Amino acid sequence: MITTALYLTIAMVTLAALLNVYRLVIGPDEPDRVLAIDTLYINAIALIILLGITLSTRMYLESALLIAVMGFVSTVAMAKYLKRGSVIE
Amino acid sequence: MFDRLSFPQPWLSLILFITWQILSDGVSGGSVVLGLILAWIIPQITHGFWPERPAFVKTWRMPGYILRVLKDIVVASFSVAWLILSPRTPRPAFISYPLTLDHPLAISILASTISLTPGTVSADVSDDNQTLLIHALDAGSDQEVIDAIYNSYEKPLMEMFK
Amino acid sequence: MSPFAEYAISALLLFGGVFTLIGAIGLARLPDFYTRLHGPTKATTVGVGAIMLSSVIYFTAIGEGIGISEVLITVFLFMTAPVSANMLAKAAMHIGVKTMEGTEGKPWEQ
Repeated sequence: MITTALYLTIAMVTLAALLNVYRLVIGPDEPDRVLAIDTLYINAIALIILLGITLSTRMYLESALLIAVMGFVSTVAMAKYLKRGSVIE
Repeated sequence: MFDRLSFPQPWLSLILFITWQILSDGVSGGSVVLGLILAWIIPQITHGFWPERPAFVKTWRMPGYILRVLKDIVVASFSVAWLILSPRTPRPAFISYPLTLDHPLAISILASTISLTPGTVSADVSDDNQTLLIHALDAGSDQEVIDAIYNSYEKPLMEMFK
Repeated sequence: MSPFAEYAISALLLFGGVFTLIGAIGLARLPDFYTRLHGPTKATTVGVGAIMLSSVIYFTAIGEGIGISEVLITVFLFMTAPVSANMLAKAAMHIGVKTMEGTEGKPWEQ
């Protein structure tokens, strides 16, 4: 039963990632694209966790943690760039 | 010299220490030493970003508040999910929320709570810390939203930060 | 593994998947930037939180010890989602992103 639920969930998260890519491509403004990337990295974390459950290993959690930290920092940096025109003043 | 060996932000140091133990997968001699070094050096480096000592008085109220917010987050995601899937267009609104809290940490906790709970995202704080700009996805009337936020989140926070 | 754990894991996985998908649908179909901000900050965060929780239960049930790293990631996501939403809203107001028709009130001029 877990296997079925797992595959269904992977399909749904992948579809969600594709919808994010759609928003990333059509924009129309820069904040929309940044928001799409922000959602995309959260979906990537979900996919990594699901991969970890599929292979029953906890090795991938470290990479999920790294993506979470780096993704947040890059979103903040891009938001700051949009607002001020530079990241480090 | 010795005041440099103190912990100016005891809560921050404690959280850093515990987080490091979790990150290094189990408590060992090395992780305790490195955790203590980090818990000492990070508050020293970030000293300039903390304008004043945190005015937490009633810390024991925090877990209750967090549990309540977690419950509201789940409820919030159901109502947002319903709005996203229903075919009618939402009625969004920008609302100016008058703040009664004045501590910066309390305001940022309130703003984060608002962003995670039903139908509202906090967008900006005015420069004088008096007003919070909120974007509501589907607002009935401004006053309803303001009252709901005041009663369920701002009041408990005011009690915590007296 | 006990049947109860299996049910709990499957239910949480499906719940998480559905909410992640709903967050993405909201991002794709809502009319303007400020309304689109709502989907990812709430639905997606809750969806990923549920998936993390199912991972915690799974690894506890197969006897690999209680996973604390998942909890750390979840707490981190819950703390950062409102902050990035706030930063993006500020940036959008600064640029002057258009609001949809029928929006009450106005974003602040900056």
